Amino acid sequence: MATEPDIDVRAPSLLARARDSDLWFSFTRSPVVVVAASVTALYFLAALLAPLISPHNPFDPGSLVYSDAFTPPAWVEGGQATYLLGTDDQGRDILSTLIYGARISLLVGFAAVMLSAVIGITLGILAGYLGGIVETITMRAADVQLTVPGILVALMIDGVVRIKLKEWSAGGGFIGDMHETISLFVLIFAIGLSDWPQYARVVRGATMVEKGKEYVQAAKVIGVHPLFIMIRHILPNVLGPVLVLATIGLALAIIAEATLSFLGVGMPPTTPSLGTLIRIGNNFLFSGEWWITFFPCIALILLVLSVNLLGDWLRDALNPKLR
Amino acid sequence: MKMTSYALGFGLAVASATAGLTATSADAKPLRWASQGDALTLDPHAQNEGPTSTMISQMYDSLILRDAELKKIPGLATSWSAVEPSVWEFKLREGVTFHEGQPFTADDVVFSFNRALSETSDFKNYVNSIEEVKKVDDFTVRITTKGPNPILPDQITSIRIMDEEWSREHGVEKPQDYASQEETFAVRNTNGTGPFILTQRDPGIETKLKVNDGWWGWGVTDPKTNVTEVTYTPVANASTRVAALLSGEVDYVLDPPLQDLKRIDAQPNLKVEQINQIRTIFYGLDVGADQLRNSSVTGKNPFQDPKVREAMYKAIDVEAIKAKTMRGLSFPAGIITSPGVHGFTEDLDARLPYDVDAARSLLAEAGYPDGFEIHLDCPNNRSNNDEAICQATVGMLAQIGIKANLNARPKSIHFKALQNKESDFYMLGWGVPTLDSHYVFSYLGASDGSWNFTNFSDARLDELTDAMEVETDSAKRDAMIAEAWDILKASNVYLPLHHQVIAWGLNADLELPIVPNDSPALRMAMWK
Repeated sequence: MATEPDIDVRAPSLLARARDSDLWFSFTRSPVVVVAASVTALYFLAALLAPLISPHNPFDPGSLVYSDAFTPPAWVEGGQATYLLGTDDQGRDILSTLIYGARISLLVGFAAVMLSAVIGITLGILAGYLGGIVETITMRAADVQLTVPGILVALMIDGVVRIKLKEWSAGGGFIGDMHETISLFVLIFAIGLSDWPQYARVVRGATMVEKGKEYVQAAKVIGVHPLFIMIRHILPNVLGPVLVLATIGLALAIIAEATLSFLGVGMPPTTPSLGTLIRIGNNFLFSGEWWITFFPCIALILLVLSVNLLGDWLRDALNPKLR
Repeated sequence: MKMTSYALGFGLAVASATAGLTATSADAKPLRWASQGDALTLDPHAQNEGPTSTMISQMYDSLILRDAELKKIPGLATSWSAVEPSVWEFKLREGVTFHEGQPFTADDVVFSFNRALSETSDFKNYVNSIEEVKKVDDFTVRITTKGPNPILPDQITSIRIMDEEWSREHGVEKPQDYASQEETFAVRNTNGTGPFILTQRDPGIETKLKVNDGWWGWGVTDPKTNVTEVTYTPVANASTRVAALLSGEVDYVLDPPLQDLKRIDAQPNLKVEQINQIRTIFYGLDVGADQLRNSSVTGKNPFQDPKVREAMYKAIDVEAIKAKTMRGLSFPAGIITSPGVHGFTEDLDARLPYDVDAARSLLAEAGYPDGFEIHLDCPNNRSNNDEAICQATVGMLAQIGIKANLNARPKSIHFKALQNKESDFYMLGWGVPTLDSHYVFSYLGASDGSWNFTNFSDARLDELTDAMEVETDSAKRDAMIAEAWDILKASNVYLPLHHQVIAWGLNADLELPIVPNDSPALRMAMWK
């Protein structure tokens, strides 16, 4: 008597689905990616929990001990245990400043990627779906912007926005506490606006492919509103490549933020990001206080490298042609 | 035997050839010079700012020059004397020509002084004791002052002489209006009588000068220099500047960062020269405004309360700034002028003690137990480590509850904002070219002082400032200066920080006397 094979007919749980997926398989098979993901996760955790885990609060100028400035790392002669990685020229603990700095770098990176993705996806879908004059205008605008290096565009936007803000506040408006917040938004705005053409081009291409498929044709035939088709049907199907682009874009945005801050048009020295820290420390490279710039550099390299490796892996893993 | 002598002869020949080579290359060499900011303008009467005047003085001469010890020496005037208590007579040097060939005469002197006296001039305070400048003959000029002015010769060392004909031809009879960013021919072009001639001017990028072989002063004030050409490059980033010096890309850095002096001095081909500078760094507080432009306190101006000013003074730990940021190269100051200036005394220079607790209670007494929020405006390319000092100050003020938002910007923006009266709380440094306290009061203390952005106004101080300019009895005059200092010091509208020490980084083969006004006179430069 043959028995029915013992098959679980229930739908697999989400976790199980994830565990059985190709993505997870390829993830676990690549130790480099596992390390990169762990490092990235560590940064995110540190950034989220910064006030809890950092030994000092470097953004509170009242808590700084100025006479402790230029303390070397704890293991170097003259170092103190309270300052594991030493202090900078203002007596700020380097480790704490790194944690808070990474927080700003990640925040700017994420927000800038979101901004450019939203602009790029919107324009890309509209261009791809509507075609004609809309497509011509958006895509030529994207082409023009792509001919200029992103960092230059960001520098220009940063400069213009700062001057405009200064004019608005010159009327006697009190900016006060917003001084640092404004720098943050200016950076997000500048970097976000400088990177949208990448997304627009990818999304437009994907949209044009999807547009010709039967499900879109069917939706059109039954009279679904074009906006609804774009959002409900096409958008989910073009998000794959955007995800890959966004991951690599995050690394680029972090670098762009660091570059702007290094040039002195980013975060102010009182609330430094990683780039500002590197700029400050750069002044002390010749005089032997290497730790002020060394650790922020290492932190930036590790962060960007990990995010980049993740992005690379994601691109390969999501590409069916490479399987 | 023969071989040896051949070898010896050959060796000698090589040695002498090399010696010959080095000798010729030591003659006639360009000089590449860098510092953090650029001259704001090349108009000789538009901006009374140290580095601007330094650049201009390479191309323009004054009637009276200063030597390496800052003593007055004959310049375009060969001699001067007070023919009456309030009339000075100057005998002018004959046979001097401007760079473009025009002859130098008394008309040019009269024209230049009137130019320096005009509305848009930033040098009015040097010359506003002058009633009239009169040409006696082609090479004699008489200056009549409103009253006796014993320090006129010191004051006019800063008034550079332009050619009248050239100025009229190019429509630059009046100085550039710097605050409104006026652009005139004289801003980028020069025609002086000085030891160097401008060949190229790209503001903020590069300025090139060539030696004026026909300068009247060669062999008179200084031996002829063997510097053929001068290239000045502003390099904003401190470590880039040091790297340029270390790699031999520049021969002279005016302002190497203090933390790098040891490293520069350790290089066999470089040297560091140091001297106490006649320049004091301080903060100014606007006490004139009814309400601060950027503050959490509205409806009144907290700086008008002397207790607030004293609290801020006492909260600043200037010794820590000296030890950390300045690497010991500064002298904490009690007044805003330096040793070497007439009127300075050690007693005046004593500081109020650093006392955070006292500062907190003073602030509470003034009605701000929780402090308040303000903006601090600083230059980031003017003085040694200016931005770092301001940052440290932000931390120190935070200790007593005052949250200062730091606004560090290049000096070209900073000074413009100050002159447009846009700052509540600012950093400024002040040198004294006349080496007399009157200069400080007339610019920074008097209510009409053109760099008095504190808007501090004291009738007695104004009276003393005017009186000390015309007082010839030196005992009486010293008493006036002392009283004026007491008033200014007690007001605490300026919070003094320190007197600077100058350090220059130079190529070891370059002889250039270091001067306490930090204004190198390249005519004294000599390659070994």
